[in-house]
Amino acid sequence: MPVLELESVHVYYGPIHALKGVSLTVEHGEIVTLLGANGAGKTTTLRAISGLIRPARGRIVFEGRNIAGLPPHEIVRLGVGHVPEGRRIFPRLSVEENLALGAFTITDRQEIRRRLEEVLQLFPRLAERRRQQGGTLSGGEQQMLAIGRALMMQPRIMLLDEPSMGLAPVLVESIFEVIRRLNQQGTTILLVEQNARMALEIAHRGYVLETGSIVLEGPAADLARDPKVQAAYLGARE
Amino acid sequence: MGMGREQAVRRALVYGLIGGIVAWHLSLVGLIEAFAGRRLIGQGVTFSYVLLLAVMLTVGYLVARRVSNWTGLAGAALAGLLVGLALWALALLVDQVDLRTIFVAASPTLPEILTFNRGAGAVGLIVLLLVGAAAGFIGGGLTWFPATGRRAVITALSITVLVGLLRDVLNPVLPALVMGFLFTTTGGLSLPGAVVVLALALAFPIARHVVAQRAGERRAALPAPARRRRRAVFRLISLVFLVSFPLWAGLFLSNVTDFVGLYILMGLGLNLVLGFAGLLDLGYVAFFAIGAYSMAVLTSPELGHFTLGFWEALPIAVAITVLSGILIGLPVLRMRGDYLAIATLGFGEIVRLLVLSDWLKPHLGGAQGVTRIARPELGPFVIDRPQEYYYLILIGCALAWFLSVRLRDSRIGRAWMAIREDEDVAQAMGINRVTAKLLAFATGASMGGLSGALFASLVNSVIPQSFSLLVSINVVALLVLGGIGSLPGVLVGALALVGLPELLREFQEYRLLVYGAVLIAMMIFRPAGLWPEETRVRELEEAAEEARARAPAEVVVVTQDGE
Repeated sequence: MPVLELESVHVYYGPIHALKGVSLTVEHGEIVTLLGANGAGKTTTLRAISGLIRPARGRIVFEGRNIAGLPPHEIVRLGVGHVPEGRRIFPRLSVEENLALGAFTITDRQEIRRRLEEVLQLFPRLAERRRQQGGTLSGGEQQMLAIGRALMMQPRIMLLDEPSMGLAPVLVESIFEVIRRLNQQGTTILLVEQNARMALEIAHRGYVLETGSIVLEGPAADLARDPKVQAAYLGARE
Repeated sequence: MGMGREQAVRRALVYGLIGGIVAWHLSLVGLIEAFAGRRLIGQGVTFSYVLLLAVMLTVGYLVARRVSNWTGLAGAALAGLLVGLALWALALLVDQVDLRTIFVAASPTLPEILTFNRGAGAVGLIVLLLVGAAAGFIGGGLTWFPATGRRAVITALSITVLVGLLRDVLNPVLPALVMGFLFTTTGGLSLPGAVVVLALALAFPIARHVVAQRAGERRAALPAPARRRRRAVFRLISLVFLVSFPLWAGLFLSNVTDFVGLYILMGLGLNLVLGFAGLLDLGYVAFFAIGAYSMAVLTSPELGHFTLGFWEALPIAVAITVLSGILIGLPVLRMRGDYLAIATLGFGEIVRLLVLSDWLKPHLGGAQGVTRIARPELGPFVIDRPQEYYYLILIGCALAWFLSVRLRDSRIGRAWMAIREDEDVAQAMGINRVTAKLLAFATGASMGGLSGALFASLVNSVIPQSFSLLVSINVVALLVLGGIGSLPGVLVGALALVGLPELLREFQEYRLLVYGAVLIAMMIFRPAGLWPEETRVRELEEAAEEARARAPAEVVVVTQDGE
């Protein structure tokens, strides 16, 4: 049974038909990437999964249960971690407070403390800055914090929205290294990326979205070789 | 040198003009005339003159700030002189032309006040020019002092003015002997009194500075338990002060303090909604009104629906307000920022119009309101004096404070802060937006309701005019002034925005004008509020540091100079 399955999901923003029947599956232990141009509906897909926007039609099945239409805070409790686009950490709260809010669903303080130390071990840079305000971190550190915050709830699946956005190439490398490591430790990941080359390098499978519909899908290696993908997303010369 | 002179003249002209406009403004809105009756020192020095002198001093200071030599001082004197000239021109204008159809304040007495009773002729002109030039010169001279000395002088002068203003307040508090020495029988401070106050105000910060330095060293050397003991002693003293307050403060001061307390209660309530959860509620007066009217309807025999006692009615009134908080919260759950502000603003007005309406008159009293509201009874003892209500309000504030602290440090407090920072992400963290927001509205409303219920009982009547939009604005403004989200900030804000205007009766009419000026000044000089929340302090300091690190050296000098 797949961890996550979308069956012809439709989303509208007012009169705008943003998702026109998107179907995709994510199996346990996979990294699945969702590629596409600006406005193709990648972020909308993630927002629909985590309940921040309600799909008009279609089913979103998470571990055998239809979660379409549930409020976001309940979906989180089931184990869907969402790292939103643009990082969106809480800028005025400290690194520790940010992480603690990631474990909001847990009431056991001891457990929160334990997970906090775990996450800080995973990101030593954050450990050095644990009392610093989130907004004063560098872009890369903020991205780590955003990922760490989502890890605090120990999600069954992690939705990553453009983790490389606005980062220097070196930092992009290290972020992707973190994603790969998380996956090796058993976290299932649905990754939305503009940096198609990097995404296809670490993903097992991929989907290509165009104006709200899936137009292409397959193993990551196949997609990377596809001439259409190369022309549109990998910047290949003729 | 030529450059310096040119700059000084240009600055003198600009600031002189600005000062002149300010002086005209103060005169024509009526502040000067209203304050002419407030004698601060002897018979001659009134608050009007202090205001006008302050304008001249400031103008001189601003001119000389950048040009620190004799040319600068000459420029400062020139700027002050220009303000004097502007005042004389106004006196002449008001004397010759009847402006009263436009400016009510442009009465025949205004030229007399402005020219120190010398008339709008040549003598008046010379006197004003001399006073202006002298004041500008002195203001410019202030720039020659080192910053700490300057601050001490300005603070001491302000304190002296304040003591003069608060004569009626100090009267019941201070022993007659001291009062007799400090103040003249008809006017403000006596001359020796003023000198003593000024000297004390000057000496005190210096002494404190010396003592604090030594004490600071000693305190740092103290072991932790001793430090804790010291803090406990400080708390005990505050407690004794708070509890004994009505015993020595007298009726007037107790009355003012009661109103400050009611606003502190409201401030703490709105702080939960606006400061913690970030929901801008501009109709907070609705909860105050609902609490007050619940108390009225439940206890007043006038309406004849219920005649409960105060103690039975109080929890019911609070419960009704909590319910109304939830009812108001429900429809605006999805609204953010300005939309929320406008919607809540509407609620405040709806409540006021409902209690004013003829339709509900049999139940809520209409425009005449409701009187004969119950007083709290303790056995045979009836609480009916402001000094006694003080304790009720104090207990209410303490409860609200305790609740605020506990909520801030709790799970729900963290949820509120997350919603304030980023509502979407907060939801993605598993925070239930609906319950968190409704809880904020409900608890915030309960404090407003308590405040309203106490208010109704204290003044023994409710009328719709007491629940105008101005109350909401006051509460928001006191939060902004103290520092949004900061609990001590609520106290400071309420004392400054509610306490001071109550004490200075003449201010009442110019309340909004002063609010505007104070808030603008705050935005410039203390953007985080008088007593900001700790994280805000950090944030702004860091931003300033960053700016300093990024800015070229020259700019840095200017900003430091500006402080």
